Amino acid sequence: MDILIYGIINSVMLALMALGFALVYGTSRIPNFAHGAIYVLCGFVAWFFVRSLELNYLLSVILSLLLIGLLGALIYRFVLIRVRGMNISEIIASYAIGLAIIETLRWGGFKGTTYTLPVIIEGGVMIGDIPVDYQRIFVVILGVAVVAFLWLFTHYTRIGLALRGMAQDERAALMLGIDSDTMAVVAMAFGCMLAGFAAIVILPLGNIVVEKGYDVLIQAIAVCIVGGLGSWMGAVLAAFIIGFAQILTTVYLGPQFQMVVAFLAIILTLILRPSGLFGQQKELEERV
Amino acid sequence: MNMENRRKERIDRGIKVRSDGLYALMGWQELCYLTLPRFVLIAGLLALPLIMPGMYWPRVITIVCIYALLALSFDFLAHFVGLVSLGGAFFIGTGGYLAAILNTSFGMHPMLAIPIATFAGAIICTILLLPCLPLRGVYFAIVTLMYPLVLARIIEALDIFGGTDGILGVDSFPNAWLEQYFVIIVLLLFVFGARRLVNQDIGLVFRAVKDNDQAVRASGMNVNTYKAAAVFIASAMGCFGGACLVHIYMWGGISLFALDFSILPIAATVIGGAGTLVGPVLGCLILVPISELLREFGTLRIVFYSLILVGFVVFRSEGIMVYGEQKYHQFERWVKV
Repeated sequence: MDILIYGIINSVMLALMALGFALVYGTSRIPNFAHGAIYVLCGFVAWFFVRSLELNYLLSVILSLLLIGLLGALIYRFVLIRVRGMNISEIIASYAIGLAIIETLRWGGFKGTTYTLPVIIEGGVMIGDIPVDYQRIFVVILGVAVVAFLWLFTHYTRIGLALRGMAQDERAALMLGIDSDTMAVVAMAFGCMLAGFAAIVILPLGNIVVEKGYDVLIQAIAVCIVGGLGSWMGAVLAAFIIGFAQILTTVYLGPQFQMVVAFLAIILTLILRPSGLFGQQKELEERV
Repeated sequence: MNMENRRKERIDRGIKVRSDGLYALMGWQELCYLTLPRFVLIAGLLALPLIMPGMYWPRVITIVCIYALLALSFDFLAHFVGLVSLGGAFFIGTGGYLAAILNTSFGMHPMLAIPIATFAGAIICTILLLPCLPLRGVYFAIVTLMYPLVLARIIEALDIFGGTDGILGVDSFPNAWLEQYFVIIVLLLFVFGARRLVNQDIGLVFRAVKDNDQAVRASGMNVNTYKAAAVFIASAMGCFGGACLVHIYMWGGISLFALDFSILPIAATVIGGAGTLVGPVLGCLILVPISELLREFGTLRIVFYSLILVGFVVFRSEGIMVYGEQKYHQFERWVKV
């Protein structure tokens, strides 16, 4: 029973972490290696608003999300746009940006127990005989809400449809008058906001640690690869597979093997089925 | 005259015939002209330990050479075989741990442990990377980025090879001169060896794998065999660096898998000139001393070279070496359009 409940919670967390990465890669084919760094950064920005400036919780969440979205847009507009289409440079540039963010934070000495975000509602509840705190329940609810929102957004709004169009066929989208660069900026901003949102929801469960940046990046990539790079529904499903696998290993082997699970998932998927469970790319394009 | 009507024309100097690497020499002056840059590199590297004062800077030179080996292996893999490997630390870690184990557990002399660790480490790295070889581009980069992180985790989790404390009590080199010249000479051998290699038949196949692997496949050659061979060569360079590093620091531990070893060589390659094989060495000669000078800023130096990296990738992606080659081998003049 507790495996089921915590498995669901863990899976939803993974999905939240991965959606931003999947969105950016799906739309603009840029692997955003700065994803984990953005996640951590948003945690600290929110911390700054809530704890240092002592703003209203909701206000500071909105402010930090907007800031992070803006940052993502700027990163794309001024750096990534120039290297788009060059695989090696895309990876190096985004990875370097991520490193710069993370290491700046580390240099600033942001560590220790002082850096915590407030939970939405204190306390917990018993489901059956397992204690679950409200924040974890909120994570699940908000995670489902985000997925639902994304689905509605990409199916019923002009921007969302444009994003999907670009994801499917960039040239055709260009011909229909969709400006691919503008859309990529939008996607990047959205992706970063999703990462930030995940941070704000998940980070109250523990301290904000800089090293989380790498973990989040690895987990997001694991989920996206298993689900198929560029497929959002695949990412959600893969989040559940990896989430449960992680909880199972934690219960039966010990928590230090969590990352190894993510890694093995990546390797196995890449060897057996490189396009992932729901990958839309042709197999030939990605492996010889 | 206004700018729109002019453009810069570049003309190769007379000694260069038809293609790169094919020259027509008309006399000893031209021979000197051609060999001067190579001579400067070799003599410069060999002279470095002699002109460096004190105890500290000679050590830095050795570190420079180790990073240069890593950068060379990155450049070779990325720009001649098309495998972008973000995991230089993986090679360093494997070679380092092997050398440390050989030295402490089996009591091997450093000069024996290093070659064995280089060779065995390259085999291990190749075998571990074998499943990922069919991947390309982003996918290979992602996987190689994870290898060092996960290996460090596994060593931590299983508490093998000394766990978080690392392996203590590794022998150092017999003397400081041997240490420096050994690394420098091996670096030079690898640099010129790699430059040779990429112009041999196998090098042509490597480049074909990068540019169009379907064509290679259509020619009846197994792409993965060639990729494995390339990974073996590249990881041998990295493992050698790792093995030397362990003997220099007299300690091997999880920090061998640190991100420094992954990011700095890439930065050096981008700055020095990607795809030139000498550029990475130059890049390291510039970057590593700077980063040593910045040591007191702690992790801020990683920020520093990440930013340089972004700047170079975005604005000057050809690097110093290509720029220098243009200036050295070509005339430039303004012509009317």
